[in-house]
Amino acid sequence: MSTVSDTTHQSAVAVSTRPAPLPGDGLSPAELAAKHGLSVSGARPPLPDYVRQLWGRRHFIVAYSVARLTAQYTNARLGQIWNVLTPMLNAAVYYLIFGVLMNSKRGIDNYIAYLVIGVFVFNFTQSAILAGTRAISDNLGLIRALHFPRACLPISITLIQLQQLLYSLIVLVSIVLMTGETVGMGWLLIIPALLLQCVFNIGCAMFVARIGSEVTDVAQLMPFLLRTWMYLSGVMYSITTVKSHLPGVFGVMLELNPAAVYIDLMRYSLMSSFTSSQLPHHVWFAALAWSAIAGIGGFVFFWKAEERYGRG
Amino acid sequence: MAEQSGAAAARTTNADGERVPTVIVDDVHIVYRVHGAGSGKGSATAALSRIVQRKTSPNVREVHAVRGVSFVAYRGEAIGIIGSNGSGKSTILRAIAGLLPAEKGKIYTDGQPSLLGVNAALMNDLTGERNVILGGLAMGMGKEEIYEKYQSIVDFSGIQEKGDFISLPMRTYSSGMAARLRFSIAAAKQHEVLMIDEALATGDRRFQKRSEERIRELREEAGTVFLVSHNNNSIRDTCERVLWLEKGDLLMDGPTEEVLAAYEEHTGGK
Repeated sequence: MSTVSDTTHQSAVAVSTRPAPLPGDGLSPAELAAKHGLSVSGARPPLPDYVRQLWGRRHFIVAYSVARLTAQYTNARLGQIWNVLTPMLNAAVYYLIFGVLMNSKRGIDNYIAYLVIGVFVFNFTQSAILAGTRAISDNLGLIRALHFPRACLPISITLIQLQQLLYSLIVLVSIVLMTGETVGMGWLLIIPALLLQCVFNIGCAMFVARIGSEVTDVAQLMPFLLRTWMYLSGVMYSITTVKSHLPGVFGVMLELNPAAVYIDLMRYSLMSSFTSSQLPHHVWFAALAWSAIAGIGGFVFFWKAEERYGRG
Repeated sequence: MAEQSGAAAARTTNADGERVPTVIVDDVHIVYRVHGAGSGKGSATAALSRIVQRKTSPNVREVHAVRGVSFVAYRGEAIGIIGSNGSGKSTILRAIAGLLPAEKGKIYTDGQPSLLGVNAALMNDLTGERNVILGGLAMGMGKEEIYEKYQSIVDFSGIQEKGDFISLPMRTYSSGMAARLRFSIAAAKQHEVLMIDEALATGDRRFQKRSEERIRELREEAGTVFLVSHNNNSIRDTCERVLWLEKGDLLMDGPTEEVLAAYEEHTGGK
């Protein structure tokens, strides 16, 4: 590594450089690139192109989420049974604490069904957001190895949670039926309610995925934020009764928070004792508005940093 | 060598007889900012007072990994990149792939270059089979296309030669097996620019021969291939042009034999 040998090689550069450092009829590199239609490496595609690319990867999104879900419990002895067992245990714990020990039923008919719906529906949003914060950092290997629109990741992570919710629905429906509810046409409302919540969750997952990729501290903070949100969303109590001793604005805010809206819609669809009088005004409009705001806002927010994911 | 590159040029020029560039690197500097470097002061109170005083962390160190590299790569070229460890070879490839921002200068590419690194993990907890299908779908292949190519990808990788490994999770693979499967997946697609960062080094001799064959095919399909390797023979076998990087500078850019001869002299023989 003597300086002498370095200088000899420096001089060799001038002699042996076969293509001149930047050839091309005296064009500057930028002009040469423009002439042959080259684009700046790693630049973010315009939004319409991005949507098109994302649509082209729809099979990847679905296949990825199915594969991830099936791989989740491969190391457990009970395997896929955990998909059903986890929500059952969850419901049992909440019932033991809030139903039996604290006796927070206070005038709610069929409290078990009421509680279990709240827990499962909130859990869908909660786990989508929690997994969303780690969507980028957990998949750096994949991001650095292959090129695809990164929005695939938060979307498929939400789809994993949706599939888990569908397993939970098996538990949920059996609990609801055991507690004396009957199947009716109203049950069909589950479908639009879940679809809207799913879009809302995808938007939230994209939002936190970008934040989580830039500020890793968020992953530590998120469980506390989500727990606070859960206690504010009437999962184990009725907002309608709490509202009466709160200033009007706060009551409305509690009722129209997205988690409460989606939980109430599900209760309304499944429980005959939960009537439309218990729903806040314009509840379907609120559900639609939340999913539009979160879905479009989260998507644009995520796309704005597309070129930065996996860098560094 | 000269006739070979002449023949390649004939296939890869445009209507005006010009060679078509696929990658233009224009005076690129790349600086790594390493967090958590330096000594001490990593305590919680130090972190808090930094946030309160709005100072940037003193633990960030800058590493100037690439210093003003320029070159143009054309269609149908296979370019070897050599240099000692830490000379910026992988860094420049990652920048071309768009995975690292350039501090100064610009990189223009034709389409989206694909980088195949030695550490590029796919999904380790999924089976090899799933990885082939998901990898293909992620690269933008259609469902039918990937099912059609599935068998040839698996055959090419040679994973099945020693038993039924394709149905095992990828974390159970040896590093050589994983590298072979990754290369097979990436090579199944037609790339405008494919960059291989020592990804073949872990494969056995037979696989290296097969992949060199595939690299030649990719070049003939008018793509550009970059190959980082410490194995001068494999560079000789596949590339007709070599870039020699040392400490972030482009020391030499020229025909393989010339550059390799100088490099071998510099490193003290073979």
